[in-house]
Amino acid sequence: MITVACLIAAKDLRVERRSKIVTNQVLPFAGITMVSFAFALDKQNVLDTVAPGLVWLATMFSLLVIVQRTFAIETDDGALDAMRVAGVDPRAIFVGKAMALGFQLLVLEAMLFGAAVIFYGESIPSNNAFGSVVLLVTTMLSATCGLAAVGTLYGGLAAGFKGSETLLPLLTLPAVAPVLIGATKAVESAVGTSGAVVSEGWQWVGLLTLFAVAAVVGGALAFGPLIDD
Amino acid sequence: MNASLNPFSSASATANDDPFVGNTSNNTEPDLVIALKDVVAVLGNFPALAGVSITVQRGEIVLLKGPNGAGKTTLLRLCAGLLPVERGAATILGFDLVTQRQLVRPHVGLLGHQNGLYLDLSVRENVEFWGRTVGASAHEIAGAMSRMGVSGRLADVGVRKLSAGQKRRTSLACLVARRAQVWLLDEPHAGLDAAGRDELDATLGQAANSGATILVASHELERAGGLATRSVDVVAGQAITDSNESQGTE
Repeated sequence: MITVACLIAAKDLRVERRSKIVTNQVLPFAGITMVSFAFALDKQNVLDTVAPGLVWLATMFSLLVIVQRTFAIETDDGALDAMRVAGVDPRAIFVGKAMALGFQLLVLEAMLFGAAVIFYGESIPSNNAFGSVVLLVTTMLSATCGLAAVGTLYGGLAAGFKGSETLLPLLTLPAVAPVLIGATKAVESAVGTSGAVVSEGWQWVGLLTLFAVAAVVGGALAFGPLIDD
Repeated sequence: MNASLNPFSSASATANDDPFVGNTSNNTEPDLVIALKDVVAVLGNFPALAGVSITVQRGEIVLLKGPNGAGKTTLLRLCAGLLPVERGAATILGFDLVTQRQLVRPHVGLLGHQNGLYLDLSVRENVEFWGRTVGASAHEIAGAMSRMGVSGRLADVGVRKLSAGQKRRTSLACLVARRAQVWLLDEPHAGLDAAGRDELDATLGQAANSGATILVASHELERAGGLATRSVDVVAGQAITDSNESQGTE
């Protein structure tokens, strides 16, 4: 199962490297979203307060675009149906696609945090820089796992329906609300927003980790029946 | 037509190194590949198949004839393990379609109106991907590409740039690479020019000679009829008349 999952992840990343949809369209979209937030709010003290939330909001919006893309390559010429007919383990499809999606999300998040530094003036507190960085990285990893699993699950579900472009946000955004809340709170602690300290962030990482485990396990179990029949 | 052994039972596996034939079978009668008896399948509340009986031997090319909506595509999807059998008995390669539907799938290939290819990948990358999902070796993958005529210069061309006929052949190479023993083809000539159709027919004939079993649903009776070893009428989803063997259920 793991071998096939790695094959599927490698295939998805190879398709992306060839088509450059994420690089040329999704990353600029995410960057424009960040700039638009900055123009709309236009007050440094407000931006300081809401920057962590804006980063994760931009991540959510970009997630929807990437998920649409990752399943479009499966449905353009009937490859998802071909995988079902070929008897490819649905759990391998789920894990493989989630791995590729997670990798793309990590690249996106790194860019968005860079944008937050540039546009919103965010920075790591100097009094506990190491702890802040560890919290930030752990938050990104756990939140990305949850987002990738939920995105893959609902992407697979929506791929079989007409109007999947509108169905996907409707399904996904409520489901990832815990990630939005937990990741925002954890990053606020990492960057010291409104006096928050690093130690306060770990409880949110715990929530993100629980969510990720539940999403990965639940997704792996549910993905087969969802895409079948 | 009927085998001396019960076609609706399962038994031990046999091995075969021919890439067209694959390595696994679960059939008591090695030459009996498809055996359906009074099969009923439902789409929603609509009985798409209502009492279908047919048997197909290894190496046969069987043409499914009938008007639109008669149940040809449904029959192919049922044989691919994508639809449940509501009633009746059905085995593919000895696997019971009622209880082992998932197990049938790795051994069959369904080629419908779409090719199941990744358009941004090359021919080689597509065949390698599908072959490696079943653990095919580099030798097997190269052999599949060679037999379908998509090796050489064509191998590194992106699928998006291929003609319709080349895409079909690439898709068939993927079936060979993943060791499909039963090929279920739905209107395989659609969208192909005369040269592409000739290429496809030659490919299917070669595959059948090597032991692949092929079911073709087509409206192009002249073209597909010349290719098929026999034909079967699908009538209103309610019965199948096996024209050569008189095993209708009407």
